[in-house]
Amino acid sequence: MFATARKLREAGVLGLNERNAEFIMRLNPRRLYPRVDDKALTKQLALEAGMAVPDLYGIIDNQGDVRRFASIVEDYDSFVVKPAQGSGGDGILVITGRSRRKRDMFRRSSGLLISEAEIQHHLSNIVSGQYSLSGNPDKALIEYCVHFDPIFAEVSYQGVPDIRVIVYRGYPAMAMVRLPTRASDGKANLHQGAVGAGVDIALGETLTGVLKNDVVEDHPDTGALIARLKIPQWDFILESAARGYEVTGLGYLGVDMVIDRDRGPLMLEMNARPGLNIQIANGTGLSRRVRRIDELYDKKATPAERAAIARREFSVDRQLQML
Amino acid sequence: MTQRYVYVLAVLLTVAGFAMFVYKWQVLGFPLSENQETPVWTIESAISFDSGPGSIKVNLHIPTLTPGFRTLNENSVSRGYGFSLNYGSGGREAQWAIRRADGRETIYYRISVFEDAGSEQADTTPPFPPPPAINEPFKTAVDVIVAEVREHSADTASFTSELLRRLNDPSPDPNVELLLSDVDSEEDFVDVATMMLASARIPARMVRGFELSGRQRSADLEPWLEIHDGDRWLFFNPTTGEENLPDRFFIWWRGNEQLIKVEGGSNVEVDFAIQEAHLDAVAIAKSQSAKSGATLFDFSLYSLPIQTQAVYAVLLMIPIGALVMVVMRNIVGIDAFGTFMPVLIALAFRETKLVWGIVLFSVLIALGLSIRFLLERLRLLLVPRLSAVLIVVVLLMLLISLVSHKMGMETGLSVALFPMVIIAMTIERMSVVWEERGAADAMRAGGGSLLVATIAYIFMGLSWLEHLVFTFPELLLVVLALVLLAGRYTGYRLLELGRFKALTNS
Repeated sequence: MFATARKLREAGVLGLNERNAEFIMRLNPRRLYPRVDDKALTKQLALEAGMAVPDLYGIIDNQGDVRRFASIVEDYDSFVVKPAQGSGGDGILVITGRSRRKRDMFRRSSGLLISEAEIQHHLSNIVSGQYSLSGNPDKALIEYCVHFDPIFAEVSYQGVPDIRVIVYRGYPAMAMVRLPTRASDGKANLHQGAVGAGVDIALGETLTGVLKNDVVEDHPDTGALIARLKIPQWDFILESAARGYEVTGLGYLGVDMVIDRDRGPLMLEMNARPGLNIQIANGTGLSRRVRRIDELYDKKATPAERAAIARREFSVDRQLQML
Repeated sequence: MTQRYVYVLAVLLTVAGFAMFVYKWQVLGFPLSENQETPVWTIESAISFDSGPGSIKVNLHIPTLTPGFRTLNENSVSRGYGFSLNYGSGGREAQWAIRRADGRETIYYRISVFEDAGSEQADTTPPFPPPPAINEPFKTAVDVIVAEVREHSADTASFTSELLRRLNDPSPDPNVELLLSDVDSEEDFVDVATMMLASARIPARMVRGFELSGRQRSADLEPWLEIHDGDRWLFFNPTTGEENLPDRFFIWWRGNEQLIKVEGGSNVEVDFAIQEAHLDAVAIAKSQSAKSGATLFDFSLYSLPIQTQAVYAVLLMIPIGALVMVVMRNIVGIDAFGTFMPVLIALAFRETKLVWGIVLFSVLIALGLSIRFLLERLRLLLVPRLSAVLIVVVLLMLLISLVSHKMGMETGLSVALFPMVIIAMTIERMSVVWEERGAADAMRAGGGSLLVATIAYIFMGLSWLEHLVFTFPELLLVVLALVLLAGRYTGYRLLELGRFKALTNS
């Protein structure tokens, strides 16, 4: 037992207690949380900072407005409904199209149909706070549904694969691609059963994946190999993630990006308590990279400079040299 | 920096908690374990006499200062007599008085004492006694012996030993023989010794008491010799000259006055009976501090009404449950619903007992969940839905109680003790997890909650722990310190070792 703990310590693996006490409590002042916990606010701040985000179609913030739903989505066939203060992807509804015969029947990402009334019920659940962290009344966001870039088509089962970048004091420290599976119901959250694949920050290429807590070589539903996929516009993604630090002020931040077929990388949301499975996906611990960033930290560096430093420092090759 | 504050605070809390604990344990005599019993001796003196025609007044010496013992209580049984306590030259005296009495009368004085090694009661420092007036030829004999003994001794204690040795010599010196010529009881012997010590200006007095051991129907008072060496009183065995007081020697009174004086009565007899009993140490500590007015006891839980005590006996175990909770979540890493839900479930288990508790809890949650899934179809808003679940839970509790009662299983009735609001929230939370993350996750977190509740129940049910926390609530400061320390524990959680196993090979 103690031997395992020592090995993990040597591998620089970050545990939950240490993450909470040393990173979140130290670097993430509570007053900044609304900037990431309220997705409506995140979107607004990100737009002001010049980040690319999915278009917002509408916000429903009280029960009376639920009736407005049909008019909000009037012109769109696909959209996403999400709670502004949801956690872990709970309460997100992805609509990919409408029924051909009835316009008020919608097709979910899973292919199942859902009626307008059911969506309205879902909206009022969101507004009444069922999915919010605190249980307080919430807002429902209706926004652009990302048409994901075919790059990950082979290794995703429905849904939208996304890229999670951990940003430590403004420097991208670790990244992974989250691939939806049948089990995750098209959602890209690891604890819902999505596959996470580590990313070589220097090259922008995927490494092996992790499903729950185990390493996997190929996607459980499609069977395609996960490793060595080249992520397009990687520089832009790293720089956007680094910019998340300026937007939120949080020193330990998870930035979730998606790559849209037409519009390129978009920032979906940010997280003040990013999970630790990213370490398994990358086959390495966070602590060592965090220490390196502390050594290199430069208050005046721009997001682009910080992204460049991350590319230089955190390649798989360089890691092997460090070992 | 924060780390250091936490450590300092934890140390302070621990020290404060333990200090109060040790004080109450060692000084006030609160027992460490439940049912810890202390032997208590009850000494009863029965005074009988033939009453004369007039008024009667009885004076009895009773214990005043009793090194090694503490008084639990004392009382007198004497029908029709006026009773008062007075201080005389030999210590306390009990006085009974009556205008008229007929025939042979018996009155009782009873005292209960328990052993307490720490009981060193302050005694007065006596003045040097005046040289006693002694007639010739005794005076010369006394002077000669005192002079000789003084030659052969260094201090008060050795003087006394040497004197007693000479007085007890089987082939005595003619001077000793002369002095002891009128002695025919041990009391007289001690009187002579006291008188000789007085000639040497050493304060000395006779003490009389019993060696307490088991049950004695009629105990005899033994005389002992007590001298003051300038600092404190020393005890000497008058027949051996050894400086000691036998174990469990209970001093009844001091001085050479008679034990009893009866005016207006004759044929006086005093009988002592000793009885040993065992009493709960808590009861002793309680009556003891009540008597001495120790304020700490006033702040102890034993001073509360019994019903309130029963409530606190349970409430004080909640911090223990919380500690278990902290350990299970932050150090072991078990998933559970709600922060304190398992602790509250563990509280309910106290009444239902473990197996039934788990059965009832599972049945309740399972039924609640299935009804919750039916409610889901009605598309209710959050607050009405939660309220509906709550009402369903109450109805289910009622149903379980009724069914189990009809089936003759009275344990089923205790289902009412489950915290229904907590159960309702658990059902709601579980159904959401079930829908969002699947049955496996919901079951795992539900099972985790039940596991933590079981472990918390086991710890909260330890009767020695319950007694310890109830008698020494200050120990909760130590629990608080442990929780604070756990709050700064940044090591791996036990289950993380398995979770990150893949990374140990890199």
